[in-house]
Amino acid sequence: MRKLKVYLLTGRTIEQGKAKEFGKTSNLYKDSVAVCYIDPSDMKTLGIKSNTPVKVSTDFGSVVVRAEKSSRGSHPGVVYIPYGPWANQVVDPETHGIGMPSFKGVPAVLEPVPGEKVKEIEELLRDSFGEGSKR
Amino acid sequence: MRKIENVICPVCGSLCDDITVYVEDNRVVEVENTCAVGRAKFLNYGLHRKPKPLIRKNGELKEASIEEAVRRSAEILTESKYPILYGWSSTSCEAIRVGLELAEEVGGIIDNTSTVCHGPSILSIQDVGIPSCTLGQLRHRADLVIYWGSDPYSAHPRHIERYTVFSEGRFQKSGWRSFIRRLSGKLVKKRLSRVAELILRRKLTFPEEKYALPPYFISEEERKLVVVDVRKTRTAEVADYFLQVKPNTDYEVLQALRMLVNDQDLEVDEVAGIPVRTLEDLADLMISCDFGILFFGVGLTMSKGKLRNVDAALSLVRDLNKRTKFLIMPMRGHYNVTGANVVFTWQTGYPYAVDFSLGYPRYNPGETSVVDILRRGECDAGLVVASDPVSNFPASAAKTLVDNPLIVIDPDVTPTSMMADVVFPSAYIGIEAEGTAYRMDHVPLRLKKVVEPPPNCLPDQEILARILREVRRIRRG
Amino acid sequence: MALLIRNGYVYDPMNGIDGEKMDILVEGGKIVDKLKSAEYEVIDASGMIVMPGGVDIHSHIAGSEVNAGRLLRPEDHAKDVELKTEITRSGVGYSVPSTFTTGYRYAKMGYTTVMNPSMPPLEAKHTHEELCDTPIIDKATYPLLGDWWFVLEYLRDGKIEECALHVAWMLYATKGYAIKLVNPGGLEAWGFGRNVRDIDDPVPYFNVTPREIIRGLCKVNKLLHLPHTIHVHTNNLGKPGNYETTLQTMKCVEDLSSGDKPCIHITHCQFSAFKGVDWREFYSGAEDIAKYVNFHKHVTIDMGQVIFTDTTTMTADGPFQYILHELTGNKWVNHDVETETSSGIVPFRYRRRSYVHSIQWCIGLELALLIRDPWRIFLTTDHPNAGPFTSYPQVIGWLISRKAREETLSKLNKRARETALLPSIDREYSLYEVAIATRAGQARALGLKDKGHLGVGGDADIAIYDVDPRKIDPSTQYDEYVKAFSKAAYTIKEGEIVVRNGEVVKVLDGKTYWVKVSSNSEYEVSEDMKRRFTEYWTVQFDNYPVSEAYLKRSKPVQVESEV
Repeated sequence: MRKLKVYLLTGRTIEQGKAKEFGKTSNLYKDSVAVCYIDPSDMKTLGIKSNTPVKVSTDFGSVVVRAEKSSRGSHPGVVYIPYGPWANQVVDPETHGIGMPSFKGVPAVLEPVPGEKVKEIEELLRDSFGEGSKR
Repeated sequence: MRKIENVICPVCGSLCDDITVYVEDNRVVEVENTCAVGRAKFLNYGLHRKPKPLIRKNGELKEASIEEAVRRSAEILTESKYPILYGWSSTSCEAIRVGLELAEEVGGIIDNTSTVCHGPSILSIQDVGIPSCTLGQLRHRADLVIYWGSDPYSAHPRHIERYTVFSEGRFQKSGWRSFIRRLSGKLVKKRLSRVAELILRRKLTFPEEKYALPPYFISEEERKLVVVDVRKTRTAEVADYFLQVKPNTDYEVLQALRMLVNDQDLEVDEVAGIPVRTLEDLADLMISCDFGILFFGVGLTMSKGKLRNVDAALSLVRDLNKRTKFLIMPMRGHYNVTGANVVFTWQTGYPYAVDFSLGYPRYNPGETSVVDILRRGECDAGLVVASDPVSNFPASAAKTLVDNPLIVIDPDVTPTSMMADVVFPSAYIGIEAEGTAYRMDHVPLRLKKVVEPPPNCLPDQEILARILREVRRIRRG
Repeated sequence: MALLIRNGYVYDPMNGIDGEKMDILVEGGKIVDKLKSAEYEVIDASGMIVMPGGVDIHSHIAGSEVNAGRLLRPEDHAKDVELKTEITRSGVGYSVPSTFTTGYRYAKMGYTTVMNPSMPPLEAKHTHEELCDTPIIDKATYPLLGDWWFVLEYLRDGKIEECALHVAWMLYATKGYAIKLVNPGGLEAWGFGRNVRDIDDPVPYFNVTPREIIRGLCKVNKLLHLPHTIHVHTNNLGKPGNYETTLQTMKCVEDLSSGDKPCIHITHCQFSAFKGVDWREFYSGAEDIAKYVNFHKHVTIDMGQVIFTDTTTMTADGPFQYILHELTGNKWVNHDVETETSSGIVPFRYRRRSYVHSIQWCIGLELALLIRDPWRIFLTTDHPNAGPFTSYPQVIGWLISRKAREETLSKLNKRARETALLPSIDREYSLYEVAIATRAGQARALGLKDKGHLGVGGDADIAIYDVDPRKIDPSTQYDEYVKAFSKAAYTIKEGEIVVRNGEVVKVLDGKTYWVKVSSNSEYEVSEDMKRRFTEYWTVQFDNYPVSEAYLKRSKPVQVESEV
């Protein structure tokens, strides 16, 4: 499988804003944020289509989300995941002493993982925070 | 069916106040004038809300009475040495006032969501100041509107229509006419090409007119919209001019523009991949307008350079005031994040990241900001109001919050409330409860109550006041 | 709780009482002549000064520009903090204190009524929310109306009565107390980065001059019978040579006064009394202003006394603040408010070594000492523009003692010392005059009938200062007075002891005064007006007014208007 070195951006989308109002446990929400928008040329390079699971890895973690073709202009080398629990597995927590982690422009590696599944929210939470005393 | 006019939309920092809501059987059945997000909220709020407060017992969240939940919360807060009180951007100013009193009482740290949003902007404002205004000022006067690192189409859907390019002002007319012209021009081209393909069996090519024109080309009296971003956003599609910058290069581009505005020469051919000619055009456009506004989003605060990017943007606009009238405004996300900053500031002197552990307000982002405290693992309890840090913080920071006792006051079920020890399903401010919120330009508005909340869902303010009373009762015996 | 304040030296200028030893009786929050209840607390005030609670006619304590100043200056707060106690909230100072700290610090100085002079009407809710969190003191706030589009248009068309009705609605909608004008016309021009040059320079696009605005609103003020006069921050404020603009401003309403009643208040006059052509050729214009005021009864002014310290300047005068930013290179906040006003904030340090700052310091005191009638010149520092309000005792020191002035003068810039008029002025304020300049005069100018005096029926807002005027000479031992005025022995608010020995012992909520005009023709907001409203503002008409729910303790002042 081919891999790509990309920059990861996170941010708001109107779909995420809408889906949030249907509840964060809804499928709609998962569909709107467990997704990675990729430039069509990059998708071609990787040989994948929309909805193929892809793994985004950074120095801070990795997460599997579904791929989606970015319809907004061309931005090869830049991928976009909307704000949410999936994105936050891989953003840079370093605040450089000012309180603000780096949510945008994080260097990342993108690879298709056709066999893997995108985790449900409960599973994702359990895996990040462990069984712990609470669960 | 009851019709309620001029309702304020409790979603984003634009706080549109012209919403019409129709209510039947204590339920919103129809809304007018909202954007898609606002509509989704008014028509679908509270789908998953729990009917009663929850307390975690033996690892599971179980229903409890409000009194029990208040008592348990007060116990958590009084037993804690250094609790975090976080959130506050999606609740009323009245609730924030009580929250600050509670934070002071328990000697904790109180921080709002601007810490992971426009916190760096605030730090820069404290360094260089900010020339700004209310949104109506732009509607009446702005002939140049720049969105930099912000995508209002997605995050503040009605911003352009209500306040900037497509709004109608006293001295400036709406830019929608030229937009329609451009759109119909596009349509005609499309049709022509299709006909050509059918008849001539070949593709027609048109010159890329929109981007071939120099950016300082102003169509007479109409406003001009420029978008600068790392990717072609939806807003960029309606712009007169779109400048694409590479990720993490905003600082260089802004400083280069600053040099050009100050008549200094750039002795290179390109800056961060953008030809100097293009930057010169943009600088000329900024200088030659009568009234310019630069909106910046978290595209600047969240990428490399953070506060320095904003610093450069603020300085650029400040310098422009030597040549023309130019103002700047951060695009604030949540509907009352501005209000959180405002209330924090009048009560404590500081807009966010306030530490009460010494008995007086202390402020030192990096030390007293919530992500840093969580990453250092210093806090031993948390209270989260109307926010979802477990979703929105880097996972390593969220872990500390989850590992300690956690109280959540939120009408929605969120990953944070799923990991909490006490959950108060509260009333939706602006739908089921009144309250004050501040628009992104610091204009206060009174949110309305259009329906009754369910019996066990109190407004945030009331829940916090009860916890505060209980805390005082425990502490003072 | 009833109180008997025994044997104090009472200074109550409204009732002509000048340091007589007498008792004051308090019951039900009012001054009474006889106590009904047998139970009362006795305060032994022998050897102390008893005065009405202090009244401040002009102090920026709340609202969007003050708060922007707070946000801008973390470095100002870190050096001056207030700890939380069992009864008081924590907070920070210094030049822009947090709301709670503001209330406590005023009360500690024996002040009980403070006027917030600058409120953008669109952001009125913000001002009132902050005033609710400003404890103990009574307060009121003035909406900025001098650059309001409706006003400009009415006055351009000469529609005074319509304008009056609209201003009446505005006072109701913003819960305001008086008409405030800041650089009339200039703020609208600032919308496009411009300014007006003098009071006859027409406002761009509106075809109305500052003179017409000032006169128009002065007439409106009279028609509505408002308790205070128009409150004017002059055009050209802060520019050398502006004393002429100030004289013109005062002259332009000369014919509108009736009898001895003032019809215009020139605020922080120090900033508007500059003579000269530039910052090098810069002199005091206080003498000219004082001469005019001495011969014309229609004017009241307040000082805007400069304090040598690091402070934060904030006014609605956007163009002036920009000049200040250009001059100093200090950080700058600008906040223009659609259709209404603007504002600016710049941190500033007044230095003794600076010639200009030294002259400014002289101007304030020259005004206070050259104007003969103490009922028409009031002590302010235009908090925080010329210095924080906590410096008032220091200003009192300079007023009561020539020696105090000489002490400061000796440290001033040499050129200023040699050219200024101040060193040759011998006048020293008596304590009676101090009481006028810090409470009685201000209360009278504001039309607050229950404030600023200790006559029967007045509000029991009382300050007691521990300094014996028969033993301690103000002229030579002024520092004893400065100390006493900084920390009131007792502050009584509505009959409750709120401060003892300079410490807050009880916290209560003050009232918010606002003017409710009743008019002959019931004012109705027409559909046309609502339509224009939607065109002018970005908020809906219904969402604009401040409801009474925003006032913790609402105190409407009823007035009968002529329209």
